[in-house]
Amino acid sequence: MTVLREKPVLTAAPAEVGVRKNRINPLPQVAMLCWAVVTALPLLWAVVSSVKSDDEILNSPWSLPASPHFDNWARAWTSANIGRYFLNSLIVVGGALLLTMFLGALVAYALARYDFRGNRLIYYTFVAAMFFPVFLALVPLFFVVQRLGLLGTYPGLILVYAAYAVPFTVFFLHAFFRTLPSEIAEAAFLDGCSHGAVFFRVMLPLARPGLTAVGIFNFLGLWNQYLLPLVLNPDPDRYVLAQGLAALSVSQGYRSDWGGLFAGLTIAMLPVLVAYVAFQRHIRAGMTAGAVK
Amino acid sequence: MRHGRWRFLLGALVPALVLHVVFVLSPYAQAFYLSLTDWTGVAGEAHYVGAGNYARLGGDSLFLDAVRNNAVMLVVVPFVTIAIGLGLASLLRKGRGAGGYQIVYFFPQLLSLVVIGVLWGFVYNPNTGLLNSGLRAVGLGSLAQSWLAEPVFALAAVMAVLVWSSVGFYVVLFRAAIDGIPPELYEAALLDGAGAWTTFRRITVPLVRETVQVAFVYLGIAALDGFAVVQVMTVGPGGPDGATEVIGLSLYRNAFTYGKFGYASAMGVALFFATLTLAVLALRAGRRERLELA
Repeated sequence: MTVLREKPVLTAAPAEVGVRKNRINPLPQVAMLCWAVVTALPLLWAVVSSVKSDDEILNSPWSLPASPHFDNWARAWTSANIGRYFLNSLIVVGGALLLTMFLGALVAYALARYDFRGNRLIYYTFVAAMFFPVFLALVPLFFVVQRLGLLGTYPGLILVYAAYAVPFTVFFLHAFFRTLPSEIAEAAFLDGCSHGAVFFRVMLPLARPGLTAVGIFNFLGLWNQYLLPLVLNPDPDRYVLAQGLAALSVSQGYRSDWGGLFAGLTIAMLPVLVAYVAFQRHIRAGMTAGAVK
Repeated sequence: MRHGRWRFLLGALVPALVLHVVFVLSPYAQAFYLSLTDWTGVAGEAHYVGAGNYARLGGDSLFLDAVRNNAVMLVVVPFVTIAIGLGLASLLRKGRGAGGYQIVYFFPQLLSLVVIGVLWGFVYNPNTGLLNSGLRAVGLGSLAQSWLAEPVFALAAVMAVLVWSSVGFYVVLFRAAIDGIPPELYEAALLDGAGAWTTFRRITVPLVRETVQVAFVYLGIAALDGFAVVQVMTVGPGGPDGATEVIGLSLYRNAFTYGKFGYASAMGVALFFATLTLAVLALRAGRRERLELA
């Protein structure tokens, strides 16, 4: 592209050549760099602040710490309960992700590869739910969960998280299972495999790229969930990370410990950053593919 | 074989359907009914009030603030995000280090809106925040504000955060769409002596139009929400004086602070129709564009 770009310069009038040469237009580079700074600066600032003393945070917000205070992190992890919230998030998101992928893949496969009456109806029942704002369901959902005695419990959160993540999973994997060749499945049937065996041993492994993409998408969505736990998970001992962090930032008692709060924030960002660096290409591909579908 | 087939289908579909009906479909259906009652959470004490809740919405000044703010966000956030995202995506097409930039731009998309809200709460802090201390450091201290405490700036500050967090995603989305444009078109434009701006306007924009429409729907739905950032970051939350109130926050407060569950459900129904209208309008616009291109 850069080679091509210079061609018109050669054909241009000689008087213009000098002017154009000076103009290896710096503007695009500047614009791209600017947005990179705007994006990265607040994040870097939070990370640096997480190892500064309160005095340094309050009096010199732009400077580096004289000596790194990793005790902020230790304090956030233990006395501010970030460690506990982290564990709660892992349990709830882990459970919900497994359940979502299992149920979502089963439904998507059954609807994509079997013809029966009501197939379309079931498909649209799931897919239509994607277009409803969760806020609409919020009040009745609270009472449904309460009546089942699941308010503020891990199973309650896991079931609700999964229920709201399954529709997109079905939608995404339905299209995916349709594209898989049917010859292999037919051969497996002829070999005497049951329907379940064909699904688990043959089709599921074939669908791995689709499962990875939607799995990453679901993990991020569930990990960042805030509205559902805010309403359905009132017990501070069971707070998930987002909830715990929000509670910390508003709780008056904690206001004085700036270093601890920045440390908590950094701890909340870190696993996402590590996962992103490791899988960034998959993540970007998976998330944008989900959007265009 | 037939027997096994039905057993498999039932086993595959029934558990997910039960979950779906109990936790998704039935709450959505109940919300419409509850919105017609004065229910305050006591079993058996729901009285049918017809459209009473909806009539009260029109006289609830805080709710009207929320509607106004969501409407402003609905116009500003998608427009600004798409403008920046499309601009950066087309610069990345030929810029050096495009891959690296894309990695940085995309990262905020992965963060929870709570993390983003807490982070930007710090950035906007009037005394020790990144923004004001930065302004003072470069001699622009007179521009320093209590960003979240001034009614004039608070909503803009919230919208800036929403734009900041979503631009990266749309850069990647638009970049993929632009990569799908045949390079010959760009080469031909270059040979015809078209400048960068003309190429952008005449080739890039028309050919990524469908992706832009998808982006509008997604950003519009996000702008009708805004709950997490507002709830975590703003004073009140929703303040000062309703300047950053959003529909979701009004709904949440009426339901879970005041216990006015019927009234809150009416807000949910209103939000649902707003979302539905947005999606339908966008889809119809999309159809018309396709006809034009054909």
